[in-house]
Amino acid sequence: MNENLFTSFITPMMLGLPLVTLIILFPSLLFPSSNRLINNRLISLQQWALQLMSKQMMSIHSTKGQTWTLMLMSLILFIGSTNLLGLLPHSFTPTTQLSMNLGMAIPLWAGAVITGFRNKTKASLAHFLPQGTPTPLIPMLVIIETISLFIQPMALAVRLTANITAGHLLIHLIGGATLALTSISPTTALITFIILILLTILEFAVAMIQAYVFTLLVSLYLHDNT
Amino acid sequence: LASLMNLMEKKLLEVKLGELPSWILMRDFTPSGIAGAFQRGYYRYYNKYVNVKKGSIAGLSMVLAAYVFLNYCRSYKELKHERLRKYH
Repeated sequence: MNENLFTSFITPMMLGLPLVTLIILFPSLLFPSSNRLINNRLISLQQWALQLMSKQMMSIHSTKGQTWTLMLMSLILFIGSTNLLGLLPHSFTPTTQLSMNLGMAIPLWAGAVITGFRNKTKASLAHFLPQGTPTPLIPMLVIIETISLFIQPMALAVRLTANITAGHLLIHLIGGATLALTSISPTTALITFIILILLTILEFAVAMIQAYVFTLLVSLYLHDNT
Repeated sequence: LASLMNLMEKKLLEVKLGELPSWILMRDFTPSGIAGAFQRGYYRYYNKYVNVKKGSIAGLSMVLAAYVFLNYCRSYKELKHERLRKYH
């Protein structure tokens, strides 16, 4: 059973060809684009959701920060759709791979920080020391703030990976337990099945929340630095 | 030749069985030809099920069902060990 549990997280290859590229590109099929004023239901729904998200998330930024709108909206759509598609049976979720989440987190964080250092150098350096610290504590606090700055991209990536992977693993385990219990004691199997349903509802929520959190944090780092 | 020109204009269901090999060989297998085939297929599905005035959930669900099925085919090799058998 140990080997079976983790086989769903292996990068899918077929005869040596990277199938994973196709799987990463698949969510883009579900978001058609259109030039019309009034569209079909699918596109209208997506446009409404996109407007809601962009207004809620980008209204706090200055003009300079709002140039990142396209990037952040694509990010939240990508992570949200990839996580939700991973809840379908037998599918592969690219966001369970740490490599991909690091590839998303590090450039975005670095972009925000470097923008801050280039344009508002004094203010960015001032972030390293919170206001009103007693003088003897200053050296130690600067070190702590530096560490907390450099841990931000790692935390972004690992948070997303761990949440999605843990959710998928729990679903596998509890589903397997339900199946194994049906022959032994149907009542316990029923209870486990109800737990499975609750867990799936949680996973749907987690899928969308993780996307939101990722994007929100990147936008927060951006707000600090523009 | 008249028979070649007739062959080029027929769709798959109109080709007679004897003409099938020459019809297959006549198709455009260059990268741009294959890309064109995928594009035509995509727009055929999109305009029939999604790009309509009152599209329903079926347009999206059929795509997701096909996605689930393809992933099942991809992981069949590992899944066949998990069948309910007395001896594996």
